[in-house]
Amino acid sequence: MTNPLQKSQDYLNAEYGVRSWFFTQDHKRIAILYLISITLFFFVGGFFAVLLRLELMTPQGDIVSAETYNKLFTMHGAAMIFFFLIPSIPAVLGNFMVPMMIGARDLAFPRLNLLSWYLYTIGGLFTIYTLVDGGLDTGWTFYAPYSSRYTISNVVPVVVGVFILGFSSILTAVNFVVTIHKMRAPGLTWFRLPLFIWASYATSVITLLGTPVLAITLVLLGFERLAGVGIFDPALGGDPVLFQHLFWFYSHPAVYIMVLPSMGVVSEVVTCFARKKIFGYNFMAFAIMAIAVLGFLVWGHHMFISGQSVYASLVFSALSFSVAIPSAVKVFNWTATLYKGEIEFRTPILYAFGFIGLFTIGGLTGLFLASLAVDVHLTDTYFVVAHFHYIMVGGAVMGYLAGIHYWWPKITGRMYNEAWAKFSALILFVGFNLTFFPQFILGHLGMPRRYYVYPEEFQVLNVMSTAGASILGLGYLIPMVYLIWSLRRPKDAGDNPWGSTGLEWTTPSPPTTHNFEKTPVVTTEPYLYDKKGSSE
Amino acid sequence: MSKVHSAVAHHFEDAEQQREAATLGMWAFLVTEVMFFGGVFGAYAVCHFLYPDAFAAASNKLNVVLGATNTAVLICSSLSMALAVRAAQTDKVKQIVPWLILTIVLGLVFFVIKYFEYMHKFHEHLFPGASFVFEGPHGAQAQLFFTLYFVMTGLHATHMVIGFGLMLWLIVRARKGHFSSAYNTPVEITGLYWHFVDIVWIFLFPLLYLIGRA
Repeated sequence: MTNPLQKSQDYLNAEYGVRSWFFTQDHKRIAILYLISITLFFFVGGFFAVLLRLELMTPQGDIVSAETYNKLFTMHGAAMIFFFLIPSIPAVLGNFMVPMMIGARDLAFPRLNLLSWYLYTIGGLFTIYTLVDGGLDTGWTFYAPYSSRYTISNVVPVVVGVFILGFSSILTAVNFVVTIHKMRAPGLTWFRLPLFIWASYATSVITLLGTPVLAITLVLLGFERLAGVGIFDPALGGDPVLFQHLFWFYSHPAVYIMVLPSMGVVSEVVTCFARKKIFGYNFMAFAIMAIAVLGFLVWGHHMFISGQSVYASLVFSALSFSVAIPSAVKVFNWTATLYKGEIEFRTPILYAFGFIGLFTIGGLTGLFLASLAVDVHLTDTYFVVAHFHYIMVGGAVMGYLAGIHYWWPKITGRMYNEAWAKFSALILFVGFNLTFFPQFILGHLGMPRRYYVYPEEFQVLNVMSTAGASILGLGYLIPMVYLIWSLRRPKDAGDNPWGSTGLEWTTPSPPTTHNFEKTPVVTTEPYLYDKKGSSE
Repeated sequence: MSKVHSAVAHHFEDAEQQREAATLGMWAFLVTEVMFFGGVFGAYAVCHFLYPDAFAAASNKLNVVLGATNTAVLICSSLSMALAVRAAQTDKVKQIVPWLILTIVLGLVFFVIKYFEYMHKFHEHLFPGASFVFEGPHGAQAQLFFTLYFVMTGLHATHMVIGFGLMLWLIVRARKGHFSSAYNTPVEITGLYWHFVDIVWIFLFPLLYLIGRA
């Protein structure tokens, strides 16, 4: 137990030793455990991406075989989606910040929170075992009956790993929902909540409703593969489209699991560095919930050419278009918040700018794909690859980095090198666009995804993309260096370096184990920034 | 009624907040359980829609008497679980353990009956896989029915085993005198879980045993 009178004591030096980390029930320490684990998987997934781009430099296959290429893009997708993007913001920043932003001393169920990290780790070990044991080549979507009957690669270990990982997501989501419902500080009503909390709440609801459906799908797939029966195998009377329905019922909402938390982070960052109250708070909160609800009704747009009924496709197409409405509300409101603000160009808002611009492109190209006729031309081309990388890397990862840079001083008590941080934000933006913009053109020209060879006329654009990927890769390594380097400094960040209004900034940096010595009482709405009250 | 266990964990304001948090947490978890079983019910609905005749023929191979008996047994176990919760809430602490034991015993009766049902299916080569044999025109489709039958009842049984574990844990704690009208959240939320598992069976029984029966 910490002694609240000792001012210098914080959650990092409250206890020492391996046990104090691996058996901790402090949400902040668990967030750090998650930070380390997901960073590891990010670089594993990134390593596969580098190999993919290297192979695609030339039209012939030269570095890897076709089979290895299939395994590379499968493991890239599985590592990035299941083990990095889905847990990234909720499990790291959400774990750390949700209790602090609502004036609570911890999440509602600290032991479940720790269990969640262990389940993540066990799920990850299954995946790493698969890698060592020869990999998986089904694509991260595990489409049946290829996955259940034909492939000779390791389907079952990955399916088990992802199944276990699902429990980890669900436990975190239960924790967030209960904490946000029951543990808000006195006076902190729903419409006084920071938008990051709204986003975390919406994400948790999606996780609770969607993840179990993926879990049962994987159970059925595993049973089908092991017992040799065919729920999804047309040769045995099953229905492969049923697999796709069940899979995308989770995996489309999972896109919003990845991007909604980033939207929450961007809302915090934009209002703080524009020194201006967020524009249209209520609309922002409702837009988050609207995206969460609509996100559950559009999964069929992944199956326009899979033999789905054309009438179903019409409905799914129309509903997919409607997701653009709340998304656009958010983009317009961020822009309106910036309008006539006193914008301070610090690192977090540079990443947030990156998010807004790239997410907009990703969202608008999504409308192309939601159109039935256009989608027939673009399905399974690089246009799709470019589109979802604009949402997931340009959107979700940029938002994650904005959040890491915004809350780093609170999490560690240290400031990072601002010049290096701005530089890396810039080259990430450049590298990202150079990597993925050519892929829109490639897709439009008809280059299919998931092939390791391509016609010679596509080479110029592919070389551009690979060049961009090397810049992008460098851009991800630089923050690793200066963020770790910043830990060598004395704790110099100050309690509130950005002059933010959130409750989390009223605590010391780094916070004490119990976050708040006295439960705060909230009497105002969030984001009451006055333009002159800027940071020091 | 030791003070240690009625104490409020450090991050809660009071016992009421702690109880509400735990209860809401279990409800949220049950929502995910509904979606989990919802997925397999959805798969069942699709297959049944595709092959109504084969599913009717396969369903006729199940033993309705055993299934109905098991339904009755589980409903009784829900009653005894509810009485255990009631005993904790009304400070009849000596009754908690007997009611929990009765609940486990009824669950085990369910398992014994289920065991004979499963064995019968194995002997008749109705377990899906290489050895599956089904006379008549609907062989492959009937195998789908039995795949879903074993997955659904197997998952339900897995949930019951977890329920046994929770109840054993409750028995240990109840013997130490942890529960009273002032603090009985674990009993209450385990009760919620057990009722959920029973309700799943209430849906499984008509879907698997009764639909399409001539």
